[in-house]
Parts: sequence; C-alpha cells; structure tokens
Amino acid sequence: MGTSGGAVARLVREEGTRVLATLVRVTGSVDLAEDATQDAVVRALETWPVDGVPDNPRGWLLVTAKRRAIDLLRREARRAGKEAAAMDPAVPPWGDGLFDMTPEPAEVVRDDLLRLVFTCCHPALAVETQVALALRTLGGLSTAAVARGLLVPEATMAKRLTRAKQKIARAAIPYRVPAAEDLPARLTGVAATIYLIFNEGYAAGAGADLVRMGLTGEAIRLARLLAELMPDDATVLGLLALLLLQDSRRDSRLDSDGRLVLLPDQDRGRWDAEAIRQGVTLVGAALRRSPDRPNQYVLQAAIAACHALAQSYPETDWNAVISWYDVLLRVQDTSVVRLNRAAAIAERDGPSAGLALLDTIGDLDGYPWWHATRAELLRRLHRDGEAGVAYRRALELDLSEPQSAHLRARLAELAE
Amino acid sequence: MPQYLALTYTRDVDWTDPKYGQEMKDYREFGESAAAVLRGGNALYPTSTATTVRVSGGKGGEVVTSDGPFAETKEALTGYYLLECADLDEAVAVAAKIPAAWEGAVEVRPVIDFAAE
Repeated sequence: MGTSGGAVARLVREEGTRVLATLVRVTGSVDLAEDATQDAVVRALETWPVDGVPDNPRGWLLVTAKRRAIDLLRREARRAGKEAAAMDPAVPPWGDGLFDMTPEPAEVVRDDLLRLVFTCCHPALAVETQVALALRTLGGLSTAAVARGLLVPEATMAKRLTRAKQKIARAAIPYRVPAAEDLPARLTGVAATIYLIFNEGYAAGAGADLVRMGLTGEAIRLARLLAELMPDDATVLGLLALLLLQDSRRDSRLDSDGRLVLLPDQDRGRWDAEAIRQGVTLVGAALRRSPDRPNQYVLQAAIAACHALAQSYPETDWNAVISWYDVLLRVQDTSVVRLNRAAAIAERDGPSAGLALLDTIGDLDGYPWWHATRAELLRRLHRDGEAGVAYRRALELDLSEPQSAHLRARLAELAE
Repeated sequence: MPQYLALTYTRDVDWTDPKYGQEMKDYREFGESAAAVLRGGNALYPTSTATTVRVSGGKGGEVVTSDGPFAETKEALTGYYLLECADLDEAVAVAAKIPAAWEGAVEVRPVIDFAAE
C-alpha cells in the first residue's frame, strides 16, 4: 500500500482521462468509452487502496476498460441477435485495437488525448456544450459535479451531455487533430472554452459552492494538459500563463469578511509566488514562439505579469502596462480592452487623461465596470455628484454580490 | 460513409428569373467542383408556390391544405444538396463552398442510416 486515498484518486483520475481517450479511438464511441472507463475507474478506486497500486496503473485501467467495452458490445450484439458478429474481432467498427491488450506507446496516448480535446471543443457544438463535455470527459468530473459547477440542474446537464455525444456520433464529428491550416483557429476555440471554464470559477468568488470555485483549478489542469500535449504552441502557453497569473491573486481578492479587495489594496504577500514564477516564465516562452503576432492570451498574461512583479501598486510600471495594452489592441480591439487601457492611462497621466479616453468609448453603457471606472476617476477629480450618478448606474447593472457591496461602500464615502 | 443534407436558406426568390443568371452559374460551378461528393440536389421554386398539408384528426382524417410554407422566416428554404462525406468536417468544408453560405446560410443535417442504428 503506502499510497493515500487522495493520491490514488488523483492517479486514477489522471490516467482515467488518458484511458478514456484511447477507448474513444478503439471503440469509435464516446458513450461506450465513457461507460467502460467509468467501470475501470470504479474498480481501481475499490481495489488499489487495498491491494496496492499496480506497476503499470494506466495499463491496468486500459485492459480493465477494454474488457468491459467488449462485454458491453457483446451484450448489445446478443440483444440485437448478432451473436456471430459479436464473436468476430475483425468486424468493424470495433477494430482489433479493442482486443489488443498490450499497453499503448506514450505518443499514441498523447495523440488520443489531443484528438479528444478537439472533439470535445468542436465548433459544431455549442460553447456551453463544449464546456460541459470538456469538464466531463477531459476533466473526469461526474455529471452531478459538472451541473453544480455550471449552475444547471443535473437532469438538464445529463440531457445536454447525452445530446452532445449523440451529435458527435450521428453527425460524425471527427475524432482527429485538425490539419495544420485549421489548427490555429481550432486551438483558439479550445483556449476560449478553457478560459470560459476558468472565468466561471473566478466569477463565483469565495463563499460560493466549492465545486463552482474549483472550476478555476479544473481550467488550469486542462490548460496544463494542453501545454503538455502542445509544448511549443504560443496560444497554449499564453493561456496557461494567463490562468496561473490571474489565479495567483486568488487568496487576496476578498478580505476576511468576504468583501471584494481590488488590485491596489490587495495584500501582495498573499499572492502565490510559485504560480507567478511559472506564469512569468510561460509569458517569456510564449512570446519567443510568436514574436510577430502574439496572441491575446499571452498579451493579457504579460499585463498580469507587470502587476504580479510590482512590489506595490504605486511602483507598477505603467509605461510597460500601457505598451502591452497597445499591442493587445492590435490583435483584440474591443471596448473592454480600451476601458482597461484608459484605467492604466489614468494611473500614469492622471484621472483627467483617463476620463477623456473613457468617454471616447461609446458602447459600454450596459457594462457596469465602465460606469464604475468613470465613477472612480470622477471621485478622484472631486466631482462627487457625477461620481454618485455613475456608481448608481453601475449598481443597476449585472454584478456579483461582493462587487455590488464594494461599489455601494464607495458610493457611501462620497460627499454628495 | 455518412450522408448529409445541405439545406440552403437564402432570399426567397425565383431562380428561373433571368436576372439570377449569375447566381445559377455560381451554383453550377459549385456542382461541378463538388461532383465527387454530390449524391443529388435541387433548387426550389419560391415559397409563394408552397402548399402546407396537414391531416386533421389523425390518419385518414380530413386533408387540410393551406397556402404558403410551414414556417415564415426571413430566409427561406430554397434548395438542397445530398452529400456523401467522410465526416462532418468534410461536409462543412463542402457546404462552405455553396453560394448560399455567403448569400444566406446552409444547414447541414446528417441523414439517418437505419442499418447502423
């Protein structure tokens, strides 16, 4: 023995994802692969803590899952009265891969996983479906946990996952790594899905359901997996860098009473130094691989790195931050990026300069942080009356409870 | 190999009108370029020629016909192609070459293979 229950559970989950990916290839069915892998995982969790972890855990899970898949296929075939076919390993679509019990070489497993990533994040699936599938199949979360994480009733989630697997099978969504010319666009889609998972968890904040908060960890795990599979891709490295740097501030975003603490007031001693170190290293690696056209993730990560490396808020290198925003605007010219750049300009050149820029962004009237940023700059300019109007407008819009509480507190401090 | 029906949704026009000659030429060119995967296809007269049929009260009941398409939408079903492709990616690549894809939209639907179900 000598292996704790938690370590066994982690090992089973990590290897279970890989075994699932291989089973999808050899059976040609996500559904069947999931049932068979699930069965192997349950058996491993029952027997390994008692009998000890086998020498080749992945091989053990793979053989157990393949045997289970063969059982399920035979049972299905008997029900359909196709006994002869069920006994013949040469009959497609089973393929002989299912009957071959030798362990898969590492590069085959790697390719299987990549194929599964691209199937789960196929653009023919709705984004919310991609998120759910990625968490269920790549993350190995139960349907109940995925449902709780995404604030969807479990029955609805089960239906969504079933429909997704049905569409993959019926519309023949391929289980394949895209061709080189399609790869950048498809990878951007995969990155967007993982980033969405991260933001679901990030937006939940402290005090929310632990499963929901855990989505940030799930997203980082998926981004790490992707970086392991594509260690030279700048989008993948940039995504992982961004997630690690944003997550490094996790423990300082709320005070002991659950109140929101914004960047200037965060206790930098509580930032995760190891996550920052990894994130900054990855920013460098990603920039070296895409010097001509860095992707949006690495640029956002570079901005996060400027904050992460500043000893204190006033010591932030605003020239560097603004330069990165200028580059980001070239690849992602959105109003929200312009808003964030204006806030950085306000720090460097004063609130009037920032406010002038903010007021040139015309289409953020429905975005609470545009009003909140305006309010903050107006407050600094001692225009408390106008600041109050802006805070009230922000509070009418969609905000989480800690965010609203923060803005209400600011509003109360005004001398209107 | 899976088959897909590519349904073209475009402006609800009369393709036989000579003023759509250029469009018809574009569609013919698509048909020639995609000949290897095309298993059939047709353009449809506009929805002003459509008749919707229902039988009320179950099978054998009264046949109720009404003028016009089943659903009134801005873009109408104006034609279809039957494609035989290796997978959805290939079907999408073919559908993206149908002029309707930039004039309107193409809906790609897998055809049921009852033998495999």
